Amino acid sequence: MRQPEPSADYAAQFAAALLTPERAAPAAVIGPRGNAAARRFNVYRNNVTVSLIESLIAIYPAVQRITGPDFFRAMARAHVRETPPNSPLLFDYGRDFPAFIAAYEHAQAMPFLPDVARLERAWLDAYHAADAAPLDAAALAAVPPERLAELRFAAHPATRIIRSNYAAVTIFSANRSDAPVARIDGSVAEDALITRPADDVVVRRLPPGGADFASRLIAGQPLGAAAGAAFGTAPDFDLATNIAGLIEAGAFTDIRFEDA
Amino acid sequence: MRHDAPPALCPTLPLRFPPPLGGTAGTSFKPAHLPAILAEPPRRGFFEVHAENYMGAGGPPHRQLEAIRKDHPLSIHGVCMSIGGPQPLDRDHLARFRNLVARYQPSLVSEHLAWSTHDTTYFNDLLPLPYTAATLARVCDHIDQVQSAIRRPILLENPSTYVAFRDSTMSETDFLRAIVSRTGCGLLLDVNNVFVSAVNHGFSPQRYLADVPLAAVGEIHLAGHSVQTDDDGAPLLIDSHDGPVADDVWALYAGLIAQHGPVPTLIEWDGNIPDWPVLQAEAAAAQAILDRHAKAPAPEIRHAAA
Ligand SMILES: [Fe+2]
Repeated sequence: MRQPEPSADYAAQFAAALLTPERAAPAAVIGPRGNAAARRFNVYRNNVTVSLIESLIAIYPAVQRITGPDFFRAMARAHVRETPPNSPLLFDYGRDFPAFIAAYEHAQAMPFLPDVARLERAWLDAYHAADAAPLDAAALAAVPPERLAELRFAAHPATRIIRSNYAAVTIFSANRSDAPVARIDGSVAEDALITRPADDVVVRRLPPGGADFASRLIAGQPLGAAAGAAFGTAPDFDLATNIAGLIEAGAFTDIRFEDA
Repeated sequence: MRHDAPPALCPTLPLRFPPPLGGTAGTSFKPAHLPAILAEPPRRGFFEVHAENYMGAGGPPHRQLEAIRKDHPLSIHGVCMSIGGPQPLDRDHLARFRNLVARYQPSLVSEHLAWSTHDTTYFNDLLPLPYTAATLARVCDHIDQVQSAIRRPILLENPSTYVAFRDSTMSETDFLRAIVSRTGCGLLLDVNNVFVSAVNHGFSPQRYLADVPLAAVGEIHLAGHSVQTDDDGAPLLIDSHDGPVADDVWALYAGLIAQHGPVPTLIEWDGNIPDWPVLQAEAAAAQAILDRHAKAPAPEIRHAAA
């Protein structure tokens, strides 16, 4: 690598001041005829901060609808300054935002909010995930019953499971459109399956034991072990409904018998 | 495991050679406009996209871009290669850029004379650089790397800037001319950026256009700007891309095309995006200027059938 020459620190000087409003504009920066350029430098500060806040609004529209735009912008601004993106792909930004919301002092009255944010982040990951044809339900029907317990599933690249102690799925779904929101009992625990078998992202509320079951199948465990674990956590776990629901939603692409 | 399968690089479309653009006008492609675009017969003109929006593994963005590319020439416009930064280019990003160009076979490929990443932080803005012998050498290295990765020349876009640097030793047009001659790249001349920078730094935009190496210009950008004031209360133009092209910019553009002849011209509109007919009307206005100065059509030459 080339040795940095004196002028190479233009980027370092800019970078240090861009997300730190209390710092002065870089000394190397001037206006016309060598005049001061504090307001001019602030254009860059504003572009950076506002565009990154807007990228969080684009990723987290339901969170913004719940909090209102002013609350959201203040929370997003704090996050942008603390954790700016480390990739030029902005659809990958905001992975730390749900944890930031969970710790954000002014959001403590909305304990469901971090889970709604996790759902929105998973939705965007599913949207951009690799394309793959979902598993045909007929493939499962062809498996001899005595071999079902050892059957393993390949998850669709878009498939994710989000678990919540709150009604995160209902709150998410109600706030992803402009339609009026009816009163929601936020205290009902809800788990979600997110996937994208074709062009549309699917978000489904999972039945009791379903998140445990699906997570184990996604991790490559055989069907028998996954079902056993699900029965352990939810005695009313319904194996047939769960497996049919996952396949119908497009959560898997393939089945196999051998260990991965 | 299927999660780790690489994205398909092999196009699902029968893309052959990128079509030449000639003296046509195009617009930024916004997914919200896709239904309106597809509802009409394919029109003359091209679409430009920001490369980074199509760097996901799969999903609707690729379906949308395939639908556009099937019937229209495409321009792929990178916004975050950070060619003007002091640090080495991001190799992963360069690979993604190369794959995107290979997949969609665009007619034009462009990037910016600017930087956007420092250390590991991506600032999502086109940030300025001083114009010195040292920055020139590094920018040329970076352009060489991009051009050898994609195996074709790029067009480098002149920036709009709000500040200058104490230690700049070259004018922007001298800097651009040196880049063109050292790297063989072309230029994407953003006439709105010229106007914005001219007002912001107090130089003549006509003089800039007279100094820029016009023979290297392979595309023109036109866009809207907004007006603020600087530290001394003087007007400070902001390259906001959120409204119609200003009359002053149209006048500069018309003069440039009259003098130089037609160049593929793009209407950029990234914020407060209007309905498709409004954007289309801006492109039609540019097309009318291009057509006024088109050379008489050359007699049709029949190439050997493929
Ligand atoms: Fe531009």
